This record gives sequence, structure tokens and C-alpha cells, in this order.
Amino acid sequence: MKVLVPVKRVVDYNVKVRVKSDGTGVELANVKMSMNPFDEIAVEEALRLKEAGKATEVVVVSIGPAQASETIRTALAMGADRGILVKAEGNVEPLAVAKILKAVVEAEQPGLVILGKQAIDDDSNQTGQMLAALLGWSQATFASKLEVEGSDFKVTREVDGGLQTIKLKGPAIVTTDLRLNEPRYASLPNIMKAKKKPIDDKSVADYGVDVTPRLEVLKTAEPAGRKAGVKVKDVAELVNKLKTEAGVL
Amino acid sequence: MTTLLIAEHDHETLKDSTNKALTAASQLGGDVHVLVAGGGQGTKAAAEAAAKLAGVSKVLVAEGPAYEHDLAEPLAALIVALAGGYDAFVAPATSRFKNVMPRVAALLDVMQVSEIIKVVAPDTYERPIYAGNAIQTVKSKDAKKVITVRTSTFAAAGEGGSAAIENAASAADPGLSTFVGEEVAKSDRPELTSAKIIVSGGRAMQSRENFAKYIEPLADKLGAGVGASRAAVDAGYAPNDWQVGQTGKVVAPELYVAVGISGAIQHLAGMKDSKVIVAINKDEDAPIFQVADYGLVADLYQAVPELTEALGKLGK
Ligand SMILES: Cc1cc2nc3c(=O)[nH]c(=O)nc-3n(C[C@H](O)[C@H](O)[C@H](O)COP(=O)(O)OP(=O)(O)OC[C@H]3O[C@@H](n4cnc5c(N)ncnc54)[C@H](O)[C@@H]3O)c2cc1C
Ligand SMILES: Cc1cc2nc3c(=O)[nH]c(=O)nc-3n(C[C@H](O)[C@H](O)[C@H](O)COP(=O)(O)OP(=O)(O)OC[C@H]3O[C@@H](n4cnc5c(N)ncnc54)[C@H](O)[C@@H]3O)c2cc1C
Repeated sequence: MKVLVPVKRVVDYNVKVRVKSDGTGVELANVKMSMNPFDEIAVEEALRLKEAGKATEVVVVSIGPAQASETIRTALAMGADRGILVKAEGNVEPLAVAKILKAVVEAEQPGLVILGKQAIDDDSNQTGQMLAALLGWSQATFASKLEVEGSDFKVTREVDGGLQTIKLKGPAIVTTDLRLNEPRYASLPNIMKAKKKPIDDKSVADYGVDVTPRLEVLKTAEPAGRKAGVKVKDVAELVNKLKTEAGVL
Repeated sequence: MTTLLIAEHDHETLKDSTNKALTAASQLGGDVHVLVAGGGQGTKAAAEAAAKLAGVSKVLVAEGPAYEHDLAEPLAALIVALAGGYDAFVAPATSRFKNVMPRVAALLDVMQVSEIIKVVAPDTYERPIYAGNAIQTVKSKDAKKVITVRTSTFAAAGEGGSAAIENAASAADPGLSTFVGEEVAKSDRPELTSAKIIVSGGRAMQSRENFAKYIEPLADKLGAGVGASRAAVDAGYAPNDWQVGQTGKVVAPELYVAVGISGAIQHLAGMKDSKVIVAINKDEDAPIFQVADYGLVADLYQAVPELTEALGKLGK
């Protein structure tokens, strides 16, 4: 079974992004970019399946600017076998990403696609579900445990009330939650090896997908700020303030 | 314009997140119909509750085993089968609808707008991006709209309606997934997303036992829900459904008490809209103090029992 893992290049999770003063977006020049953390978890899970003899090949794909090849290299250094870069400039919405991924899936024929549950920049939490819909495949979002059962899958999901376990008919779409695994760091020898692994260069035009955005961004603004309050000296003062000043007790 | 609101319920009672999403749905203008899809007898009771909500003009009920366990594929197929009669599809951004609505959107060839916090116009909404560090105003150019609603920012719609209840046209179950089991903790405490007060613990709690010994008694004194940071959940001190943050639950209670939580961007994203924030942390430079209304620099193992006791004296 081949496993396909879409990986996205996003602003590093440690960066506190700033809104551009003209309201046209957020400041992305000179900020540190990394692989979406949920995608690291997805790559890790695919590698573990391969190491357990359940998967034969791990292919990573990224849709984005030329620099997204760095994100692919990171996945290759973790241990993925090869990459596909679909070059796209500007804003590619989840629906368009899902359409491109559908074409990639049709060409690659994986038995499983593992995506992140959400990208930490746009926080849409959509792409995996959309891809499942377009392919007519089963889906398990927010996975905290994944087991292969022949060509089917058993997945435990993090849901609002706790955990849910479902069985999926393969081929299937799984999206990762935080507790699925702890991704490995790439070792230096593996980083060197990754430089020789193949990355297939594609463009959106190769897949004939219309990526015209459906959402028009009218404005990007700073959220209402919150000011630091006061420090209280002890529990008695805290209780007093909560009762008399804040009125929440 | 007619909007289909998909109801959140636990197959017995209608959830408060439905009332909040209804407020957003009503702001789109036009009629609002509610779809209640579930398994078993409780579905009817949830539908009756929905029919009483102010601003609902019709309730559609779909009852069947395919809808009993919130599987994405059959519910998406049902919503798509009903799509012809509707211009917009709205649901609360709970885990159930985060799972289902993008599937619906793709089947309708629509770009979903996730977790809106404000309706600016029927086709224009505000939504947070980058862990709430920026607020985007987006206009949807799709003919039909698919929207999930961040419930912490909308008031709950009240009762006062008397809508007709009809059976929904059925849709075939694609049969792609099956339910195996679930682990759902039953608790008498309020749910995080509707609690008026929340007490959350972080990595500093050190163990599940300490959560039970320090955080839970304080929460119970306050009649509060219990939350946690990701670090506490990852370490196994608290169950996953307690996680508050960018990638957990987003809450906005009257009072949020953060105990031994540093205040990482990802945690703040889930609680910074709380009305009053209290932080207890032994590090006076912890970033949580930058958003706290009341900060107490102290060792939680002393301060929390003292606070619990002081509240007891207040008759809590
Ligand atoms: C150059 C550039 C400019 C952009 N400008 C804007 C902007 O101005 N406003 C704005 O809102 N957004 C902008 N984006 C982000 C773009 O809109 C998002 O990629 C898109 O909306 C997807 O949303 P998401 O990542 O939140 O999807 P989610 O559904 O949250 O992502 C879930 C998962 O889908 C997969 N995935 C998603 N996208 C990709 C991808 N590109 N390649 C491979 N796998 C992927 C990953 O596995 C990811 O974990 C820009 C992106 C780029 C590359
Ligand atoms: C992709 C991604 C998603 C994430 N999503 C979330 C999310 O949804 N929610 C979330 O919370 N985090 C999330 N995080 C994690 C986040 O970045 C932080 O790592 C996490 O919030 C830290 O948890 P903490 O504050 O409990 O632990 P720490 O940062 O370790 O803070 C512990 C605090 O306890 C204090 N302390 C220690 N001992 C005591 C004592 N005896 N008395 C009083 N105070 C004490 C310390 O001073 C410190 O400030 C995410 C991270 C990533 C990469």
C-alpha cells in the first residue's frame, strides 16, 4: 500500500504574526516558515506504517510556491521516499487544494492519504474532508490512533465528548490530531540522503484545476486587544476583587 | 434566502451550540429551517425542542441508524440531498460539524467559510486566522454558502417559536464507515463550551491525581467546567476533550481561571475572549499575565487550596 501525505508550508508556530498596517493581510516577509505541525505528525504516522511493513512507499506532496520544496525536503529527511511539488502562486483555497490532491491521488493510487487536521495559518480544517468528498472515499478526522486491517482501517478520533472509534473501508482519508504520535527529528545523515531523493515538479496547469478563489478577502484586521490587568498580592485580595470589582462570584 | 441550520444534539437533547448557531443563521436574513438527524427515539425530542426556538420556521427530522453515531458520509449525503431547497447551510463548529460540513461543501463545489465570528452581510463574514492574531473579513462568491459558526461569539437564541415538524427526504447511506465504539466521559460538570466559569490546569499540575486533588475541587466550588492546556493533555494529566486552545476548544466564559499555564499563543487563542481572566503562576513573567485581569504570582499548590477554602467560606 502506498501512502500519500500532503504537507503545507506555514508560518512557524512560534511566530506571532502581525497584521499589515494597510489591512491587506499579515506580514509574511522574513518570517520563519516550517512544515505545518499536524503534517509532521502525518508524515511520522506514514513512516511508522512503512517501518511496520504495512506501507510500501511514502509520497509527500505540497502545493505552494517554489520554497515549498523545502517543506518536502524536511519530510524526505524524516524518511519519506519521494516528493511532488505542485507550484502555485498566491492564495490557493482548501477546495482548490483538494481538487489538485484528487488529481494527484488519481495518478498515484494510494491506499491511504494522511493529512493534518488543520493548517495553523488559515485554521480552516477542511482539506481532508473535501478530498474525501471529491473522491467518494471514507474519512476519519482528528485521529489519535490508526490501525491497518487489510485494505481497511480502524481509527480512534478525538471528538468533543471524548474518543470515538470507527472502521473505514479503504482507500481512505485520515486527518491527524496532536496525540497520534510524536514526530521524529531528521538526523544529519538522513538530511544528506534526502538531498538525493526525487521531487517531481508540477504546476497547477498540469492538473487542469481552476484555482480562482471563491472567497474574496476584503480586509485583515488586528483583533480587539486585551490589556494586562493587575497583580493581586494574595488569595484574599483575589477573592475580594472577583466578588466586588469583577462581580463574577 | 432560506437557510438550513444543522442541529447539534446528543440524540436526546438539543445542544446549546445549536441556539448559538441559530443566532448567526438568523442574521443571514430569510427563513431558517433546522435539520435534526439522529438515531433512536431521542431525535424526536430534540426536534421538538428545535421547533420551539425563536426564528425557526420549519424543522426537518431524519431518524435512522446511519445517523446514530455522527458518521460523516451518511450525514453529508443527507444534507446534499436536501440542498436544492436552500441557499445557505449553517452549523456550529463542533467536532461533529468540523468533520461533516467540509464534505458537504466539496460535494456542492462550495468553498466553506470556517468558524465565523460575525455576520457582516448575508455573503460577508469575519473569521479569525493565525490563532486569532488576525481577523479576516471574507466575502463568499459561491451561489450557496456553507458556514461553520464559532459558538463562543454568538448569544444563544431563546424560545418563542412553534415551527412545523416534517420528516426529511431520506438519502442512501454510502456505507463507507462503521461505528466501533466510544469512550465518552459522563460528568456532572458543565460542558466547556457552555460553562459560565472554567478552571484550567497546565503542565505544572504534574499528574492526573493532582488535577483531581487541586483543580477539580476548585472547579466544583465554582460550579465550573474543567479545562487543560495541550501540555497537560499530552502528558496524560487530563483527557483530550478538556484541551482549550487553537487546536482544542474555543471558550469565552464569564470567568476563566488558568492555573500553572504559561500562556502560549495557541492556548490564548482558545480563551482570550473570556470576560474575566485569572492567572495563578509562580513565574511573574509568564505571558499569561499579559492577558489576565487578575494575576496571582504564587505556588499553585498553596494558592489553589487556599482559594478553594476561601470560596467555601463565601458559601460557595
Ligand atoms: C503564497 C500563499 C499566499 C497565501 N495568502 C493567503 C491569504 O492572503 N489569505 C488566506 O487566508 N490564506 C492565504 N494563503 C493560505 C491558503 O489560503 C491556504 O493554503 C488554504 O486556504 C488552505 O487552508 P488551510 O491550510 O487552513 O486548510 P486546512 O484544511 O486547515 O489544511 C489541512 C491539511 O490539508 C493539507 N494541505 C492544505 N493546504 C495544502 C497545500 N497547499 N499543500 C499540501 N497540503 C495542503 C495539509 O495536510 C494540511 O494539514 C496563502 C497561501 C500561499 C501558499
Ligand atoms: C500545532 C500546535 C497546536 C497547539 N495547540 C494548543 C492548544 O490548542 N492548546 C494549548 O494549550 N496549547 C497548544 N499548543 C501548545 C503550546 O504551544 C504550549 O506548549 C502549551 O500551551 C504549554 O502548556 P502549559 O502552559 O501547561 O505548559 P508550560 O508552558 O510548560 O507552562 C507551565 C507553567 O506553569 C508554571 N508553574 C510551574 N510550576 C508551578 C507551580 N508550582 N505553581 C504555579 N505555577 C507553576 C510555570 O511558571 C509555567 O508558566 C500547541 C502547539 C502546537 C505546535
